[in-house]
Amino acid sequence: MSGKTDYSVVNTDLLIIGAGGAGLRAAIESAEAGIKTTIVSKSLLGKAHTVMAEGGMAAAIGNVDSQDNWKVHFTDTYDEGVKLSNWKTVEIFAKEAPERVLELERYGAMFDRTPDGKINQRAFGAHSYRRLAHVGDKTGLEMIRTLQDKVIHTDAKVMDEFVITKILVNNGRISGAFGFSIREGKFYVFRSKAVIIASGGVGRLFKVTSNSWESTGDGLAMAFRAGASLMDMEMVQFHPTGMVWPPSVRGILVTEGVRGEGGILLNNKGERFMLKYSPVKKELDARDVVARSNYKEIVEGRGTEHGGVYLDISHKGAKFILEKLPSMYMQYKEFAGIDITKEKMEVAPTTHYHMGGIRVNPETTMTNVEGLFAAGEAACGLHGANRLGGNSLSDLLVFGRRAGKFAAEYSKQNSVEPIDDKEIEDEISRVMGFLNKKNPENPYPIINELRESMSKRVGIIRNGKDLQDELGTIRDLKEKAKAVGVTGGLRFNPGLMACLELQNMLSNAELLVTGANERKESRGAHTRSDFPETKDEWKKNIVFTSSGDTFEMTFSPSEEPPEGMIVNIQKAR
Amino acid sequence: MEKVKLSIQRSEPSAGVPVRYDQFEVPYEEGMVVLDAVHYVENNSDPTLAVRWNCKAARCGSCSAEINGKPRLMCKTRVDDLGENIKIEPMRAYPVVKDLVTDVSHNYEIAKKIPPFTPSPEMHSPYTIQQIDITRSKEFRTCIECFLCQDVCHVVREHHSDYYGPKHVVKIAALDLHPADCIDRSEVLYKQGGLGFCDITKCCQEVCPEEIKITDNAIIPEKERIVDHVYDPIGLLVKAVKRRKW
Ligand SMILES: Cc1cc2nc3c(=O)[nH]c(=O)nc-3n(C[C@H](O)[C@H](O)[C@H](O)COP(=O)(O)OP(=O)(O)OC[C@H]3O[C@@H](n4cnc5c(N)ncnc54)[C@H](O)[C@@H]3O)c2cc1C
Ligand code: SF4
Ligand code: SF4
Ligand code: FES
Repeated sequence: MSGKTDYSVVNTDLLIIGAGGAGLRAAIESAEAGIKTTIVSKSLLGKAHTVMAEGGMAAAIGNVDSQDNWKVHFTDTYDEGVKLSNWKTVEIFAKEAPERVLELERYGAMFDRTPDGKINQRAFGAHSYRRLAHVGDKTGLEMIRTLQDKVIHTDAKVMDEFVITKILVNNGRISGAFGFSIREGKFYVFRSKAVIIASGGVGRLFKVTSNSWESTGDGLAMAFRAGASLMDMEMVQFHPTGMVWPPSVRGILVTEGVRGEGGILLNNKGERFMLKYSPVKKELDARDVVARSNYKEIVEGRGTEHGGVYLDISHKGAKFILEKLPSMYMQYKEFAGIDITKEKMEVAPTTHYHMGGIRVNPETTMTNVEGLFAAGEAACGLHGANRLGGNSLSDLLVFGRRAGKFAAEYSKQNSVEPIDDKEIEDEISRVMGFLNKKNPENPYPIINELRESMSKRVGIIRNGKDLQDELGTIRDLKEKAKAVGVTGGLRFNPGLMACLELQNMLSNAELLVTGANERKESRGAHTRSDFPETKDEWKKNIVFTSSGDTFEMTFSPSEEPPEGMIVNIQKAR
Repeated sequence: MEKVKLSIQRSEPSAGVPVRYDQFEVPYEEGMVVLDAVHYVENNSDPTLAVRWNCKAARCGSCSAEINGKPRLMCKTRVDDLGENIKIEPMRAYPVVKDLVTDVSHNYEIAKKIPPFTPSPEMHSPYTIQQIDITRSKEFRTCIECFLCQDVCHVVREHHSDYYGPKHVVKIAALDLHPADCIDRSEVLYKQGGLGFCDITKCCQEVCPEEIKITDNAIIPEKERIVDHVYDPIGLLVKAVKRRKW
């Protein structure tokens, strides 16, 4: 291809990258503030990863257990984060979550009820009280639908099936972003005063994962290249219960709601092993504890035929299960040919959530790049070393709203920055470069090799040797990735998407593994067999900032909350 | 079964690429779904093969297609239910963008026209709502917007009616049944949404992956509610038959 490639320009006050719960909630806030808002997503509107969320959203409304309050929610969240969370972020979250859930109800969301007609709340791992507002096991669907309906009735402009490939910065301030419409096969430049990244997590870095194809961490890698700092990259949550059989569905999530509603875990001898590992909280201990227990049973030879453990809810009876866990019933019946109202499920840990991400200001969600904001799973600071189930959906609402509010304010106070034509031309050449290669390398085998080795070496139990080997693999793959390319054009070309995502995945994987290798201790979801203790000296966050072709790693001590904020839960009860 | 033979419809109308059928052989693996087979092709034979998907867990409603002539989700259709010859084509009711991907944006235009949730001024937050009212409308709220019901509906396929289509009737039923909502959308559904065109063939409810009883529980009740205000021979008939039964 020769000469200049055409692109269209969109002028907007605020560009939101991602239409999951966080992006949609942000769009409502800014559109209602009268800000010209554009929201883009790789998939169709209403299909984002959030749609899969099952169990519920955590908020100390206290409808079921009236003793619950924000301080207990704060304490549970901060404790599970094992002192890596930013306590200010946790405070804002615990205080605002109840109002955000009630607001979602006012937007039209429906939740299951208590006998006196209030929002019902279910038990979930390591929450001291029953706290998760839910609707069956389809809470994410309800959330996405409600927010999506609200957004399409505002003035926000939705551009779905659209991929952003670069965030544009001028003198340390945001100037916009570049990308193309997957459906039209056309390039676009956004000139925008502010940008919010709400692009979700990095679960696709692993072979066994509950995450959708979108979760390649594009937002993290793009923000990083634009100068934003990433933090806690090593902190990946492995959910204790993913499907294991047949191979086609390996990794698909089995909601914690199954255990919340009374499901028990058994090994191949029929022993309820959580009684041994966690006699008090049992199946409802924190995810890292249950995941490691399942893993131990499996590697020590007490697993099932296909390398899992059993999860059993059949004692609750068909009527109860069909009402409370309809998706789980369907999932096992359709995919595994198992009737969970009568038979046990086979489950094993699966990669689920990324606690790490873009470092943001707890109040405003702004990054260190002026005008660049981040919210949802892409952002970092709330969950520390481990996330409590149900805390993500309420995170999306609390910080999605804040991102929308503060980005709207920012864009009111600032003017649009100039964009360098050369930068656009370079980015067009980069993207087109994948399509114009002679004898291109197929990106898929490289992606598959990365995902496989990440699952093997950077999983639930890590060690120095594996991590160093993985860093070696990543560097080799980076070399190989230089040759990737595909035929065809811009429009709906999965191979091209794979080329673009591969770059982002490799960048994220390198930081994730570097962090995991550096953190010579075990804390929360990060477990090192060579450093099994939690060490006080490691009460700090690992922060990465890009510097030319490489990166800088710094350590930021994690501040403890002031006296009196952490409540003694036994006493509170 | 060791191998699966796929015949996949390819085309890109706006780039002038006409319809053709490409054949691929894919190794069979236990429990495999059609989307796995398509991914195998994408990964190993042709990375340009366009397919829309997201969750691969039957949750998002992205991967709708015609599989051996039947509208189904690719990620919810097991290969061992089909045998070794599988033909995959895009949904027929919508214009093709590329290969298996169709342009469903018309549905978002319709969605904008449906009056949104409007809480009754008497409802005070936090709402008091009984579980029985939630359970009643839950069925409609499980719609994953896969548009398969739209795809089979002969009225939607014929394009020249203004009928919103079954998916949107389900949406309207969900809103109308919301205990806190205070507006009635059945008139909009008739006057702008062309519900009168639906002749209750029930094809839509047969293909719904969420097993929503679209015709029985959403369309017929909406028809019954409005029949007193607008002329709809089919609605009248339904009402008459029901009355006789009682
Ligand atoms: C099966 C499952 C069940 C879960 N259950 C629960 C639960 O019960 N409770 C709970 O609290 N949490 C749950 N979680 C976690 C929770 O769902 C996610 O953390 C959360 O939905 C993330 O939302 P988000 O808005 O940050 O991003 P996502 O929903 O991941 O959305 C990301 C958006 O960014 C877009 N995007 C990404 N890259 C680009 C790009 N380059 N250009 C343009 N757009 C881009 C995507 O298309 C998408 O629209 C669950 C997760 C899974 C997988
Ligand atoms: S019942 Fe009505 S909406 Fe359903 S397929 Fe038949 S005509 Fe279409
Ligand atoms: S009603 Fe059923 S078939 Fe129609 S879009 Fe919704 S889920 Fe799909
Ligand atoms: S990919 Fe989500 S429904 Fe098939």
